[in-house]
Amino acid sequence: MNIGVLSGKGGTGKTLIATNLAIAMNGTYVDCDVEEPNGFIFLKPDGISSYDVLVDYPVIDEELCILCGKCVEMCEFNALAKTKKIFVFEKLCHACGGCEMVCPTGALKYEKRKISVIDEGTSGNITCKRGVLKIGEAMAVPVIKELLENLDENLNIIDCAPGTSCNIVTSLEYVDKAILVTEPTEFGLHDFKRAVKLCEIFKIPHAVVINRVSEDDNIISRYCNENNIEILSSIPYEKKIAEIYSRGELLAENDEYKRIFTDLIEKIGDLQ
Amino acid sequence: MKLVILSGKGGTGKTTIAVSLAELINNVVMVDCDVDAANMHLYYDGQTIEKRDYVGSKIAVVDQERCTKCGLCTTHCKFDSIESGVVDPLKCEGCGVCALVCPEGAITLQKVKGAEVKVIKTDKAFIAKADMEIGAEGSGKLITELKAMAADYTKTGDITVIDGSPGVGCPVIASITGANMTLLVIEPTKSALSDFLRVEELCRHFSMPVMVCINKYDMNLDVAKEIEEYCSDNDIDIVGKIPFDSAVMKSINELIPIVKYEDSKAGNAIKDMWQSIKTKLNLEV
Repeated sequence: MNIGVLSGKGGTGKTLIATNLAIAMNGTYVDCDVEEPNGFIFLKPDGISSYDVLVDYPVIDEELCILCGKCVEMCEFNALAKTKKIFVFEKLCHACGGCEMVCPTGALKYEKRKISVIDEGTSGNITCKRGVLKIGEAMAVPVIKELLENLDENLNIIDCAPGTSCNIVTSLEYVDKAILVTEPTEFGLHDFKRAVKLCEIFKIPHAVVINRVSEDDNIISRYCNENNIEILSSIPYEKKIAEIYSRGELLAENDEYKRIFTDLIEKIGDLQ
Repeated sequence: MKLVILSGKGGTGKTTIAVSLAELINNVVMVDCDVDAANMHLYYDGQTIEKRDYVGSKIAVVDQERCTKCGLCTTHCKFDSIESGVVDPLKCEGCGVCALVCPEGAITLQKVKGAEVKVIKTDKAFIAKADMEIGAEGSGKLITELKAMAADYTKTGDITVIDGSPGVGCPVIASITGANMTLLVIEPTKSALSDFLRVEELCRHFSMPVMVCINKYDMNLDVAKEIEEYCSDNDIDIVGKIPFDSAVMKSINELIPIVKYEDSKAGNAIKDMWQSIKTKLNLEV
């Protein structure tokens, strides 16, 4: 089973929930926020092994190229341009294979290049995985796919990227249940509504964790009550929690706060 | 002059700072490049003065009468998005390979609306923003479009304040392209520090000058010191240190920029920061 943790808005506490939940549930932690992966700061895994994520990109043999421009016409992503030769903007390439298919002289062949590494290690009893996108690379989707296509059957906690675009859409293809993390502000609500809609499009059962709560009756709880969205947990707005987080420590290992996660696990079991 | 606000990590205060700076500038155009989660406009009761559909990507459409279910499209699709003539719109990347291989000519690429882009006029500024379709692709291209739209409303001497998105991928790269300076907003947490280092490296990669604002710097003075040491070692100016102030939460919920609260210590620190930025950039506004 794969539980996705997502949010819409950034910085609402996805990684806080995903890392602590992975510890509390003994599940594999998978950091799919490959542009800015932070889970390892908290989980501090040992014995890390790494491998490269490679993607295809076209390389032109200028001796065979007759500058017909068919590859440029074929490319929907502006990854090829024709001047006195064919230029390749490999970071825009989606590796669809179209250019290679239309090239009449076989001048265009795909080669591989590295866009990311995937790290895997263990923290206590659990396995931790993450993708780290190379700086300057634009596309995270192939890295997220690589991480999620190789999950085992056990419980996986998937820490998603913020937003509601292609990175999250890719992650959701592999998610069975979703936990939406938000905060009781106008911004939190605005972006939360988008995350809810995304779960509805994918027909993924979902429920919410409200982070930084000062009053039980708040802008998010009211919205959830009106729209029949289950609230799994409300995490209090406390300086002490912010400090534990700022130092890169886990709440699930703190006597005062670990109850938050044992309570949360019970509720997730019922989520359908 | 185009100033981009970035952070790497989400929720460090980009939008709070961006709308506050915009409040302090006389001739300002705002661009909300956090197209997935656009919040800037929530502060304003403006009037939409221009609005159009943004068509960024394409999708394969199959003429079912001509489709013979031969399966060639499925074989060639690299994205597992077409199964004998039935397209999964959330997976299709619009590359056109299926249309190329279809022996019946049953498949065409059609443009899809990715967002609605608009310009809002408030009592003191223009804001360009997008209402992105949920799950849409191509946020990088969309940001380029938004910035071009904002340029139509920008006069010589205006300052463009660009609120960026979290991360280091295509939306962020598109946000900094063509800008003059980036303000990195960072809070003193281990996560934010790690993300800051990545977005700072990205800016260096694209030769984009940066300055730093430490938000809620007193939340963890040890990490704040680490940030200051890194900046000092790498010749990066820290133009602002903003203290934790509970009035900020209030300002977000009241949707009034924090600099409008007279006694707010965070608001005052942002005003000081703006003076430092002006001096640093030789701005006379």
